[in-house]
Amino acid sequence: MASVVVAFELGGRPVEVLVSPLATLQQVLRTQLGHTSVKDGCRQGGCGSCTVLLDGEPVLSCLLPVEDVAGRRVTTLEDLTPVDGLTTVQRAFLDANGFQCGYCTPGMELVTKALLERNPAPTRADIAEALSGNVCRCTGYVPIIAAVEAAAAAGSAAAVVASEGATR
Amino acid sequence: MARLRGTGIAAVNYPTGMNLGGDPSQALIHATTSGSFNVVLAAADLGQGLRTVMAQIAAETLGVPYGQIVIQTADTDTGPHDMGTFASRATHRVGNAVKAAAIEAREAVLQLASEELEVSIADLVLDGRGGIQVAGSPQKRRDIADLASRAQFQYGRTIAGRGVYMKPKSDVDPETGAMDPDSTQAYACTVAEVEVDTETGAVAVLSIRSAYEVGQQVNPALVQGQITGGAWMGMSHALYETTEPCYPSRDHSPKDFAGYLMPGMAELPIIEAVVLEVPSSNGPYGVKGVGEMTANSPIPAIVNAIYHACGVRVDSLPVTPEAILRGLDALAQGKGAA
Amino acid sequence: MTAQYHVVGESLERTDGVAHVTGRTLYTADLAFPGMLHLKVVRSPLHHALIRGVDLSAAERVPGFVRALTHADVPHNVYTILGLIGVEPEEEFVLPVDRVRYKGEPIVAILAETEAAAYEAVGKVQLDLEELPAVFDMDEALAPGAPIVTHWGNNTFMYEGHPCRRVRYGDVEAGFAQADHILEGEYRTSPIEHAPLETTGCIAVPEAGRFTVYTNTQAVYFSLDNTSIILGLQPNRLRFIGGTVGGGFGGKVDVIVEPLATLGAMRTGRPVRYVYNRQEEMQVSSTRSAETIRIKDGVMADGTIVARKVTGLADCGAYSRQTPYAITKFAANATGPYRIPNVWVDAYCVYTNRTPTSAMRGFGVTMGHFAIEVQMDKIAERCGIDPWTVRFRNAHRNGDVKPHRKVTSDATLIETMQAAARLVGHGLPPELAAMTSAPRTEWEGER
Ligand code: FES
Ligand code: FES
Repeated sequence: MASVVVAFELGGRPVEVLVSPLATLQQVLRTQLGHTSVKDGCRQGGCGSCTVLLDGEPVLSCLLPVEDVAGRRVTTLEDLTPVDGLTTVQRAFLDANGFQCGYCTPGMELVTKALLERNPAPTRADIAEALSGNVCRCTGYVPIIAAVEAAAAAGSAAAVVASEGATR
Repeated sequence: MARLRGTGIAAVNYPTGMNLGGDPSQALIHATTSGSFNVVLAAADLGQGLRTVMAQIAAETLGVPYGQIVIQTADTDTGPHDMGTFASRATHRVGNAVKAAAIEAREAVLQLASEELEVSIADLVLDGRGGIQVAGSPQKRRDIADLASRAQFQYGRTIAGRGVYMKPKSDVDPETGAMDPDSTQAYACTVAEVEVDTETGAVAVLSIRSAYEVGQQVNPALVQGQITGGAWMGMSHALYETTEPCYPSRDHSPKDFAGYLMPGMAELPIIEAVVLEVPSSNGPYGVKGVGEMTANSPIPAIVNAIYHACGVRVDSLPVTPEAILRGLDALAQGKGAA
Repeated sequence: MTAQYHVVGESLERTDGVAHVTGRTLYTADLAFPGMLHLKVVRSPLHHALIRGVDLSAAERVPGFVRALTHADVPHNVYTILGLIGVEPEEEFVLPVDRVRYKGEPIVAILAETEAAAYEAVGKVQLDLEELPAVFDMDEALAPGAPIVTHWGNNTFMYEGHPCRRVRYGDVEAGFAQADHILEGEYRTSPIEHAPLETTGCIAVPEAGRFTVYTNTQAVYFSLDNTSIILGLQPNRLRFIGGTVGGGFGGKVDVIVEPLATLGAMRTGRPVRYVYNRQEEMQVSSTRSAETIRIKDGVMADGTIVARKVTGLADCGAYSRQTPYAITKFAANATGPYRIPNVWVDAYCVYTNRTPTSAMRGFGVTMGHFAIEVQMDKIAERCGIDPWTVRFRNAHRNGDVKPHRKVTSDATLIETMQAAARLVGHGLPPELAAMTSAPRTEWEGER
């Protein structure tokens, strides 16, 4: 089977990759594009560590043939992390110690970002539902939930500041 | 059919470290010319925060801010020997080695300060913020960073330290079991509350509340992280996990996270803990190990709570809904017969 | 107490925190090197079998196949991971010669240009195996006539001439004779997988006569030293780099991937990556051993335990790895945090045709605690006292001698239980609330 060229948008920039057929987005991101924040916990769709955002929605990149993202918008943690400083979600995970070994963290953070964009004030049940596909073996999840709640609070505080700024 | 609630307790001790064939760790420390200190180790950080804890122990001992410490670890070309990160040994063993190395490096800094200030070392105190001063005369002081720079460029001296800590080997007497297996012991007592659904046999864990005594904590948030993660893991061991669901048969072994059952966020109980600190006699600053023990007491506490809730004693793990239902059936039959 | 320190006792931000939350932390499998080969192994589909033949011809024709490694390539093929601390005999085959002892045991390693080619070639290796009777049950393994699992001829690990780790302290029979109640229990636990989110793996890179091995081991020197023994290399020809582990829990203390990957690098002169997939992590990486724990306690009417006899069986699987040491820890902790004057322990490490077992968080102690603490509740019930009281009455205190003869120090069980009672709002009777871990004095008299 011949290799094919696939074009998509990664972190706002167009990329074209020559891939072998059935290559997963996960493997292409990790090995060809250097986005190693996309983790490799199972390649079976069972852990969520390979989560990326596809047109803003979390997907498991290990189950996704890269051809399926042709023409679409892919975002990883590399694309979101500011050169200096952290995103609101990253800051919340750091402050809440929402990680131990850190292997689940990129996936957890991307799902959290997508959740908060859709639902800025999630309940615990909303959080559990959104993160139900993301496994963490270290933390017992409690500090991850705390991080999501802190990110939500920080986000709404920022929104208040922004809207107050707008009305002035 | 009902949902029955029960409470169970369990208390445990946990050994810090083993003796192996002698159980050593080493640390090397040297100052950079800007007064930060590189701590070179060979211990792995499993996520528990070893680097952080070692940086705190080094900073405390050297009297410099935490941000002045760089931890470089687990490269055998540069890091001195270490047995490894297991057996709740790292904070104790590696911490002791880091402290010893830091004391040696501190002696070198103090020596320089005493020469410059023309006082004896015994009259110098560290302010904990990177300064050394003459006791009682805060104006007579030196910055450790300046001393480190002058040590290199003016005096041609090293500011460095070596540290080792070893738990000596203790052979086990094969007849009596006499041995010295550990360095110290930490303690925990857990109270678990469960709710048993007598129709499905499902057990919901409502809360896991524990008291811990782990010696001096180096970083209480990281200790809490171990306690919380361990409570979840203990619950998981008690009710869910097995690689051999048909043990001793090897059939139906799970191959993935879908088959290997563990509780998720939706199953989380309230997890709460208080921590007592009674310094150990031999840990750096009195630490004990907390890494492994946190999964232990939740397991029997949950199993005891199940009995308290519904009268079913399950003596094998994991306690599956099937085991509960069989136990309830046996109880019902026993009652019927009586 | 914390106030006396500047830095110790403070919940400071983790030094690796920013790297973790930004996804910049590099774990072993995130690394790549020019010319890197991929190693995958052919695993036994049977629990116990003779190896009659291995046919590589179809595998060799797979595009991208580079070479295979067999037992003949391994300089020191039979090793024991705890050999470093003097444990004998050497028992585990890096690649078995003529017999496989568990389903999933590696037989041949394949090196290929891509992971896909390695998998394809693995699938094309033809094994000629003759199935042997397998043993899975520990009691069966101990019975006469059972299939022998080890190559050295025994189904129990030998502790200085004994088939079990023994503790003998006081006189248990005298204790039972004196007791008001005898309570027996049998507790069973299941094998448990560490299930770290990052699977076990390494990359071995040849560099000017040396090999640099990037690994997620929990113990770089332990792994280096074992690898040097297996490969017959001077330790100074190896450099192990690690330190950042994506979850360990004791599962990354075995030295399984490094020797083969380094051997591959030796034989090909190219970097070799050997990283478990999730199925390998779940099925063939070591587990915590299943245990059967039989406890007989002699108890006085007030709940005081006067004698305990324990028989522990740990199912160590086909190779015992770190489990013999876990059994010693189990034996050392057979009384938990309690003072028992007469103790007898026989703790066995039993071989079966199961995935090998090794260290896991709570090494030898976790499952003992399960048994002991459920037993404590049964004692309380039998004696008609509450579960708190039975634990306070038996709590060890400073100065008490443990069955392994070490004098208890740094003990705080009583204070810890008092704190737990306060946390949950459980009022303790005054005599329990007044107890301390100080050496026992008047409490002794009250018994
Ligand atoms: S790697 Fe994709 S879900 Fe686990
Ligand atoms: S922090 Fe280790 S898996 Fe979540």
